[in-house]
Amino acid sequence: MAEAVHTTTGHPASAHAALQHHFENMEQQREAGTLGMWIFLVTEIMFFGGMFMAYILYRAYNADAFAAASNALNVKMGFANTIVLICSSLTMALAVYYSQVGKRMMIVVMLILTMILGTAFLVVKAFEYYDKYEKNEIPGRLFPSRPFKWGESGHGSPAQEPGRDATTERNPQAVQTGQEQKPDPNFASRVEMFFFIYFAMTGLHALHMVIGLGMLIVLTIMAWKGRFSPEYHSPVELGGLYWHFVDIVWIFLFPLLYLLGAHGVGGGH
Amino acid sequence: MSEHIVSKTIYFLIFGALMVLTVVTYWVALYDFGRMNVVIALAVAVTKAVLVVLFFMHVRYSTRLTKIVVISGFFWLAILVSLTLSDYFTRPATSGVGGVPASKSTR
Repeated sequence: MAEAVHTTTGHPASAHAALQHHFENMEQQREAGTLGMWIFLVTEIMFFGGMFMAYILYRAYNADAFAAASNALNVKMGFANTIVLICSSLTMALAVYYSQVGKRMMIVVMLILTMILGTAFLVVKAFEYYDKYEKNEIPGRLFPSRPFKWGESGHGSPAQEPGRDATTERNPQAVQTGQEQKPDPNFASRVEMFFFIYFAMTGLHALHMVIGLGMLIVLTIMAWKGRFSPEYHSPVELGGLYWHFVDIVWIFLFPLLYLLGAHGVGGGH
Repeated sequence: MSEHIVSKTIYFLIFGALMVLTVVTYWVALYDFGRMNVVIALAVAVTKAVLVVLFFMHVRYSTRLTKIVVISGFFWLAILVSLTLSDYFTRPATSGVGGVPASKSTR
């Protein structure tokens, strides 16, 4: 041990260049990295968990308003985005696989595919948000010219389709009770609450996607430069953990936000 | 090298399962099971999440320490939800906040 040549990291010269001085060997370093990433992801679970908690409570007390508001979301786009995100999880998993077997070009290809799919998700999301903007369904008064509106007076120009009774469709309470009961005057504000939660949750999720895309750019450059090998590829592995986590969040968001009232629409579209 | 390499076959199998379950999520939502709507939707979502965690995220092949951290994360989430709900749902409805929500639920 004494006569071994030591580098500046304190490891023998034979050690892998990526081995940091505070780790004994590459395996310990890799396992410590995985553990650290998971501890970060646990804080993320609690981060999103708080929002899911808010969702659960408000939905429990506003089931009718939430179902009506959910029907205003574009299920096709939400469904497509779910598929896109699962595909991106597959390409990310394959990127990790190719980094484990040391195929440099395939890592780059898989990472770029993941980025394309991730970008596609955000583009679809942007169209959805713009649609909400046009229909005055952005909660609050973020856009002074387009304050939140719901119900008869709401739904601006294009949505006035013939054959659809705006009152009953937008306020199921009116149908439900059968008798001539006047609709809940607070219905619109309870619907607005759904949209607050919808934008907070999908917005936070989209922010995670943007951060993930930035991370993928760095990983792609590193992979291109040949930094990864079967001995050292923790960045790809840990980046993968993050990306899959973001995918899991969406797996829950899709049914909870988009499909609440799907059975009430009559066979779906 | 003691790292477990998950084969491509497994990745594609899990991917296929996730795709099928996504369609199931949508299809199941078209029918009204009353109170069971939420339960069914969450059961499918949890199944998908477990598949991703175990295989895509390699937890099935991770060290025990990692597994404990993962489980504790979801356990803490369960504490958050169960304690909050047990508070809200046991308050008298007359208090203005909480009380058992109306049973007619989704629709």
